[in-house]
Amino acid sequence: MKWDWSAVGDFMPHFWDGLLVTLQALVLGSVISFALGLVWALLMRVPTRWVRWPVGVVTEFIRNTPLLVQLFFLFYVLPEWNITFSALTTGVVAIGLHYSTYTMQVYRAGIEGVPPGQWEAATALNLPLRRTWTAVILPQAIRRVVPALGNYVISMLKDTPLLMVITVLEMLGEARLYSQQHFQFTEPLTVIGVAFILISYPASLLMRALERRLVR
Amino acid sequence: MTSGLWELVLKGIWVTVQLLFLSALLAGAVSFVVGIARTHRLWIVRFLAGFYTEVFRGTSALIMIFWVYFVLPPAFGWQLVPMWAGTLALGLTYGAYGSEVVRGALNAVDPAQREGGIALSFTPWQRMRLILLPQAVPEMIPSFSNLLIELLKGTALVSVMGMGDLAFSANLVRLALQQSAEIYTYVLLIYFVIAFLLTRVMRGLEKRLKAGVGKRPEGDRSKLALRREMADASAGGGTGVGGIR
Repeated sequence: MKWDWSAVGDFMPHFWDGLLVTLQALVLGSVISFALGLVWALLMRVPTRWVRWPVGVVTEFIRNTPLLVQLFFLFYVLPEWNITFSALTTGVVAIGLHYSTYTMQVYRAGIEGVPPGQWEAATALNLPLRRTWTAVILPQAIRRVVPALGNYVISMLKDTPLLMVITVLEMLGEARLYSQQHFQFTEPLTVIGVAFILISYPASLLMRALERRLVR
Repeated sequence: MTSGLWELVLKGIWVTVQLLFLSALLAGAVSFVVGIARTHRLWIVRFLAGFYTEVFRGTSALIMIFWVYFVLPPAFGWQLVPMWAGTLALGLTYGAYGSEVVRGALNAVDPAQREGGIALSFTPWQRMRLILLPQAVPEMIPSFSNLLIELLKGTALVSVMGMGDLAFSANLVRLALQQSAEIYTYVLLIYFVIAFLLTRVMRGLEKRLKAGVGKRPEGDRSKLALRREMADASAGGGTGVGGIR
């Protein structure tokens, strides 16, 4: 096994470019999944089943099919319908949509975890529905689910390499490009593998600490 | 779509199912070995098992697959058949996730059960085999069921390496037909059907295993049990928290 440090040095500038794209995709994907997940969770509480049923089927479908195929779907099918996004935008939308079906369940658990007394108090104080949600239920529910959402951000980080297949040059894309140009596979792939562990392990420790502080 | 193209898709389904089965076997074996090692009494065994879990959970499955395909052959002189390379990468990664499930379920067994085993002077291995695992395994099934779906979605990653699974066949059909909406819709539906069948099978398994230790699956309580609980709740309602139960 040959390990070539100069290849690592040559790869590093590409690595930083890739890291930047990975983090961009991660942040935007998280924002979409947090917002959309909340929308799904609230729609699942609408009294009529004509809303709950379609939302349930669609989210179940998205959750149980591979993100890779969904990426291809958005990347190849949307242009056929005359909707064109950049590759990165498509990837961010796909990741956000996929993970919104997971965050939705997190929010649901958080909302169900709010004690019934809080609902009753809101009724007793004659709060309108909107205020009940924004001032009583959601602040308590979201506080509880922050660590669980954080864990999904870490999962999302580990799924960003998939964006490589739709030509986004994130970390794995940069590594593959470099490998093919210089015919050195070991160093770039190992560097990004280690980088993922170095990012995700401290992040998971942070989430465990948050869990101890916020969830009681 | 012509029948020739459908044949391609069928072959893809077969490869996906094979890969799913093999990597699920490997992942299951890894998760039990590593998960049990994490409850070992020697700290070095616990540390090594924990290190394995953190490394394989910390990195992405796709990077693992790239590593097995591109780094392993020149570095160690092994060239794996694509099916085995995919099985290895997926099995090791999802085994690390599974080991957490096993560890959690083992720790959740009532400590009195373990103490009972010690009092009866069972060896550690007998305790694990005869007392802890029979009670822990049924509790693992719902989490394993979720992981199995994740693994199914993970198998699509091998298509990036050119292995002819279902996702890869979709790509071939797209190139042949020059249009993508139809085939990708079909392929997503096929994945969904496989996932649905898997959850059904796992739910049946959970029912059988839980019946073996005298429990009912979650969310499946008979009307009689529900009525009894309600009666208990209304009877105990007056006494409140400090009441005698």
